[in-house]
Amino acid sequence: MFYREAGDFKTTYRGDSQTFPIRFDRWRYYAVVAVAFGVVPFLINDYWANAVLVPFLIYAIAAIGLNILTGYCGQVSLGTGGFMAVGAYAVYKLMTAFPEVSILIHVLLAGGITAGVGVLFGLPSLRIKGFYLAVATLAAQFFLVWLFNKVPWFYNYSASGQISAPERTFLGHAVTGAATTAASKYLFCLAILFVLAWLARNLTRGTAGRKWMAIRDMDIAAEIIGVNPLTTKLSAFAISSFYIGVAGALFFAVYLGAVEVGEAFGINKSFLILFMIIIGGLGSIFGSFAGAAFLVLLPVLLKNVLVGRLGWATDLAAHVELMIVGALIVTFLIAEPHGMAQLWRLAKEKLRLWPFPH
Amino acid sequence: MRKTLTALALALATAGPAAADLVVPNMSYRTGPFAANGIPYADGFNDYFTLLNERDGGIGGEKVQVPECETAYNTEKGVECYEATKGSGALVYNPLSTGITYQLIPKVTADGITLYTPGYGRTSAANGKVFANVFNYPANYWDGASILIKNMLDQEGGSLEGKKIALVYHNSAYGKEPIPTLQASAKKHGYELIEIPVDSPGQEQKSQWLQVRRDKPDYVIMYGWGVMNAVAIQEAVNIKYPMDHFYGIWWSGSENDVLPAGDGANGYKMISFHGTGADYPVYDDLKKYVYDAGKAAGDGTNAGNVLYSRGMYAAMVIAEAIRKAQELAGTPAVNAAQVRDGFEALDLTEARLAELGLPGFAQPITATCADHGGPGTAMIFQWDAAAKKWNAVSDWLAADHELIDPLIAGDSAAFAAENGIAERCN
Repeated sequence: MFYREAGDFKTTYRGDSQTFPIRFDRWRYYAVVAVAFGVVPFLINDYWANAVLVPFLIYAIAAIGLNILTGYCGQVSLGTGGFMAVGAYAVYKLMTAFPEVSILIHVLLAGGITAGVGVLFGLPSLRIKGFYLAVATLAAQFFLVWLFNKVPWFYNYSASGQISAPERTFLGHAVTGAATTAASKYLFCLAILFVLAWLARNLTRGTAGRKWMAIRDMDIAAEIIGVNPLTTKLSAFAISSFYIGVAGALFFAVYLGAVEVGEAFGINKSFLILFMIIIGGLGSIFGSFAGAAFLVLLPVLLKNVLVGRLGWATDLAAHVELMIVGALIVTFLIAEPHGMAQLWRLAKEKLRLWPFPH
Repeated sequence: MRKTLTALALALATAGPAAADLVVPNMSYRTGPFAANGIPYADGFNDYFTLLNERDGGIGGEKVQVPECETAYNTEKGVECYEATKGSGALVYNPLSTGITYQLIPKVTADGITLYTPGYGRTSAANGKVFANVFNYPANYWDGASILIKNMLDQEGGSLEGKKIALVYHNSAYGKEPIPTLQASAKKHGYELIEIPVDSPGQEQKSQWLQVRRDKPDYVIMYGWGVMNAVAIQEAVNIKYPMDHFYGIWWSGSENDVLPAGDGANGYKMISFHGTGADYPVYDDLKKYVYDAGKAAGDGTNAGNVLYSRGMYAAMVIAEAIRKAQELAGTPAVNAAQVRDGFEALDLTEARLAELGLPGFAQPITATCADHGGPGTAMIFQWDAAAKKWNAVSDWLAADHELIDPLIAGDSAAFAAENGIAERCN
């Protein structure tokens, strides 16, 4: 009915190759962006910001980052937690060494530092792939966590090895530290996510993305048609690590405020983000959002329903919650091995025909 | 996704207890690798408040609500729990996790809520001049470390010159806390300190205990938690390390830690800042009003064990601070700021402890504006595997304040400088 291409005439190449070719989709996208930027900041409270929305936004950045590497370029990585730790410790060192510089610059620089580290650990990808590469990145995960635990310089020689984010401002508003308002926390993360997601979407459908996908689909064929594996693989590692580093910096500075590397950036974090992109959908920006939402919001929702509404004991609820999330993951993957993004794609196909399916 | 959000909004709208009572959230962990230690503590904490509600009708006539929130010892869940409960008028938090404590220190300070961390958390929070909303009396990690060294000095006839002491620690903020004290103490007493980290959760410690076997330290101190404790004690038994030279901090000395090693654990020592066992008069009331009335928390099997006693200790101090706050404010319905003042004016005497049915259970505490750290005293207990009982083997021992006080001043000054905090109490 209203969800179809017919009647929406494109008269320019630009119009023809836009991200949302269907008018309804376009308006839906504008509406989501308008609500996210214009309405939510006025309604948000501390609980919604700290327990629900800020972690969702940050995990979405990390998931987009890993999706670029694993989903688009086909290089399996288990080092996500370690790279997030690089971002977190980089932003900590920067914000304590240069307190007068805007926090936004520190976050972006932390992403840049992580990109460098990512390229370094991406070098083995030129020789090995698949499971072997996964093991090499696993080494990065363990090495980086060990390094940040071992060398006191990284945590400014504090007694316990914890790093804590002091108050830093952006345009006069505190975005780190305890005095931060829910709205400024949320808006800071949302703005970064918006720009990075927009960038990722356009990167992946341009030359860079096509090269990555060529390498993913068949590296030898890609090399024969003139794709340079060295620059392609390393650029995927660099850009992916930049995203993950930014996510790690925000995770520490804006969301938690104090972290300890083994607990916050352990191997569990790497798996969590890998699960996000597998459940959401490999090679899809929407999938990164969907996967992050599924794994961040569902446990909070279940906890609030089981404990808050039904009044269950907290331990029973925690165990049942794990079982429900696990069962849902298995069900989802059996029903749709390509993740939630594929479900969304199918829904759109069906919507085009509705109400006259043939 | 939108449906999820709508449902989430509905679920959230109905969450949270009704206001008007005294709210003391219990951030517990009954799941995960630390559950064996988290459960008895949470049960003791809940049972004591149930007793106050059933026997006395609450504190000063106001009922106490103890909403429980599961953190699984995980900082992200800890943040969620804090935000979920703070809107309900929470007066004081006791997260039982050093990691979550570090995270909550700036938050509670901004929100004006009290953070009470008996025997854990940030050691330098003992300095009330910098940490206005954080209290960690009666003793902290550095007190614990220095008392253990003192006990070893007594055993060795006053000198540890040339001895080797190994520290087996949980490789986290918690486990690393005693290192600065022990390093300073090693310099002072002339012993060699061997640091042996164990990564969380610590189910696999073969290589660490191989190192202990090779280096042959004269004493081993353990700062462990959760499943790590039981594994370490079993490994020590396996390498036939003399158990009476093996000391645990108070978080590494519960029944759940020593029982799995059976008779081998006989003679293992731990330090505690309160008594243990169910021989105190308060247990008569607990039995009458809580256990027999079917209101016990959890499965009711933990009464009287070490961590249950510690949960009860924390609940007792919080209740006494609230009582003090009610007295100061002249109203039973106190708010978070008044409770903070109550903590700062707390004067827990031996006579009061006896009145509460806990004679000799703990040391008296007199808090002041500058002193949030308490007396810093503790006792050494030794495990009797045959009787399955902890026996006190020392009197109350005092910490080496000459060593610790400059370290606390230094660490809290660094925190104050980093966060731009002006000293209070001058």
